[in-house]
Amino acid sequence: MKHIIQTPLTKDTVKNLKAGDTVSINGVIYAARDAAHKRLISWLHMGKTLPFEIEDQIIYYVGPCPARPGEVIGSAGPTTSSRMDAYAPDLIEIGLTGMIGKGLRNNDVISAMMKHGAVYFGAIGGAGALIAKTIISEEVVAFPEFGTEAVRKLTVKDFPATVIIDSYGNNLYDTGKLKYRIDQ
Amino acid sequence: MRTVNVASIIDTVEKLCIDANYYLNSDILNALENSFEKEESDIGRDIIKQIIQNANIARSEKMAICQDTGMAVVFVDIGQDVHITGGSLTAAINEGVRRGYSKGYLRKSVVKDPIDRVNTGDNTPAIIHYNIVEGCTLKIAIAPKGFGSENMSGLKMLKPSDGIEGVKSFILETVDKAGPNPCPPIVVGVGIGGTMEKAALLAKKALLRPIDQRNEVEYVCSLEREMLDKINKLGIGPAGFGGRMTALAVNIEVYPTHIAGLPVAVNINCHATRHAEAEL
Repeated sequence: MKHIIQTPLTKDTVKNLKAGDTVSINGVIYAARDAAHKRLISWLHMGKTLPFEIEDQIIYYVGPCPARPGEVIGSAGPTTSSRMDAYAPDLIEIGLTGMIGKGLRNNDVISAMMKHGAVYFGAIGGAGALIAKTIISEEVVAFPEFGTEAVRKLTVKDFPATVIIDSYGNNLYDTGKLKYRIDQ
Repeated sequence: MRTVNVASIIDTVEKLCIDANYYLNSDILNALENSFEKEESDIGRDIIKQIIQNANIARSEKMAICQDTGMAVVFVDIGQDVHITGGSLTAAINEGVRRGYSKGYLRKSVVKDPIDRVNTGDNTPAIIHYNIVEGCTLKIAIAPKGFGSENMSGLKMLKPSDGIEGVKSFILETVDKAGPNPCPPIVVGVGIGGTMEKAALLAKKALLRPIDQRNEVEYVCSLEREMLDKINKLGIGPAGFGGRMTALAVNIEVYPTHIAGLPVAVNINCHATRHAEAEL
């Protein structure tokens, strides 16, 4: 099934998304990866206000290439999500409803997604040039000292992704692999 | 004796860094097109189509194929009769990387210390492998290495009694465990033999060989074909969404080893297996 999503991503919308569905995302999403997550979580634990609203938001795990003059952004495909597994459950607990990345997630993340209602989208790893074309504005909103790892507010139009793990715990990586696996 | 000035080395390295990141090599593109035909999964075919589109956008708009423009791995074959003038060869290579990553709008992905993790800001230092050869040639190959795939690589010191079956199991196990993380369809580089670091280097070097060329040693060539077939039965598929095309090729290199050992290294590359070479 194909869905057109307008952010913010509410929990009601999350409930309708099933593993294997394709989505086209529109609106604001936030870019953050390793260094930004580490700091966000340390701020959270210190009780400091985070630099952007987490509730009903989508975080895209990406560290883009620099933009050429006149362009919005450079190549901007997903990075491996498992490196954010240590941090994601805390963000899901305070209302994060979507994550975009690539690759496997651990059970702590999946449990938090099922408990609080969140979804994990896969973007195509290595399709950074194609994805960059769907990003229509970019602004660094926190931690500029992290360079490519800074937190960015991105406005996207028809950002292509696939629901990998839904809020019921269904996982396309498992079901897809099983369907095509030949025992040997 | 031949002299080569560092200025031409800097220029060459700069260009190679940019070319490798913008232009997908024709062997990979052909393999992707073939894999589109062979893929049985609809979503898998769609992913391959988008990967090809992505390569076309990168080429025409001079953008990086992938935002992970990698750590610059540089292989230098330098003739023993070459004399480098005007400065240090290593410094020249790093300067070429610095300029290429800046002028090409490529991402700077290198941190100065593995624990402190502060970005060096210019993608240096490069990882440079020198090979002294006869004569007066100077060849430079750049293979930007993304870490989505690098992180899924592995090395195992097998026992000689594990034999070829042990090698096959380790390759298959490494790829299966990697699953969707290294951006399939992948290219698998394997090094068998040597010492621990030699096996790793062989695996990395194997990834420089065009994927439409098989190893000339007969048993190694058969092993490459057999492993590709086995990997493509794992079901991982394009982007890991399930499908037949998990790998585009398996390139294997072998080397003499010790009577007590059988080292095997598996170095995984994503579908954008990038490298560019030049002879000065």
